[in-house]
Amino acid sequence: MKNIICALIIIAFYSACKPGNSTTTALPILGNREPVTKTVDGKQVTDTVYSTIPAFKFVNQYADTISNKSLDDKIYVADFFFTTCPSICPVMHRNMLNVYKEFKADDNFRIISHTIDPKYDTVPVLKKYADKLGISGNTWWLLHGTKEETYQIAKNYLVSVQEKNPQGEYIHDGYFILVDKQKRLRGTYDGTDPAQVTKLIADIKTLKIEPDQVNAK
Amino acid sequence: MKLAFITGIGLLFIMTVVVSCQSEDQVEFNRYYSGGSVLYLAHCQNCHGEKGEGLQALIPPLTDTVFLKQNRSSLACYLKNGLKGKLSIAGREFEGEMPAAADLSPIEVAKVLTYITNSFGNKAGVINLQQVQADLKNCK
Repeated sequence: MKNIICALIIIAFYSACKPGNSTTTALPILGNREPVTKTVDGKQVTDTVYSTIPAFKFVNQYADTISNKSLDDKIYVADFFFTTCPSICPVMHRNMLNVYKEFKADDNFRIISHTIDPKYDTVPVLKKYADKLGISGNTWWLLHGTKEETYQIAKNYLVSVQEKNPQGEYIHDGYFILVDKQKRLRGTYDGTDPAQVTKLIADIKTLKIEPDQVNAK
Repeated sequence: MKLAFITGIGLLFIMTVVVSCQSEDQVEFNRYYSGGSVLYLAHCQNCHGEKGEGLQALIPPLTDTVFLKQNRSSLACYLKNGLKGKLSIAGREFEGEMPAAADLSPIEVAKVLTYITNSFGNKAGVINLQQVQADLKNCK
């Protein structure tokens, strides 16, 4: 009798711990949110408004203008770097290359890398960097803009960039930011950690099949 | 009988000396190599990669054994003072700048060089402190 009770308890514990594999968890929506109450058809309706990436305009390595419209109906990953960065950028872009290779055939996916050193990283410098990195086509854009615009948009991606530390080096976070087709933030990943970037690739696949993303054209 | 015994003892003595000498070299190598692996992680790996593979055409790999051999006495200077300009490595052209690791002490330079020149398919033995100190005097 005792044995049976023991066995039952073990089974109960085991089934309680069993992960629910049947339902894939949706990615969270990050950033500030506020409830907005509207009157629709005479009824009060409360909706949640999530923070989104605002309108922007930058120039890519081909000297093409890239605006928020260029990323309409695209899932994209954003990061911040500069071509002469001696510390974390090489490892970030070594890892980002894996993301690029995984999704370069998908026209509804983009990678954007903002330079935080626009004075040195002119369009030709960015083009040369892209060539040496071995990237081509329109999957991965290296974006040039004014310092103010770049540093301003970094805040929207919750990324911290500072011009110079006491050693005279640019400093910035090594985060990769996942943005959905509604320009909402869906994940942040440490771009210097290969395991986190593997998770990013998996999360992009999860995001792509979300109803919100599939239905957005 | 006595002769054989003495010869045996003698042989044993010689063998002991040889074995212990080898292991002393091995101990020195291990000390440099393991110290170097930690320094590599902190100072080199972000750019040159975990396996010394470099990064595409941006950052050269550390797998070119011939380059490392031909420039063996300049390697310490490259680390200490940085490296700029065109380089031909593993049959490919590289152009750019490697920042100076000016904060590395000569013993640290020796350790990390021992690690690099004995990893990633390289096998060049110890680059010790004395050699690094001599090489650093001849930096251009």
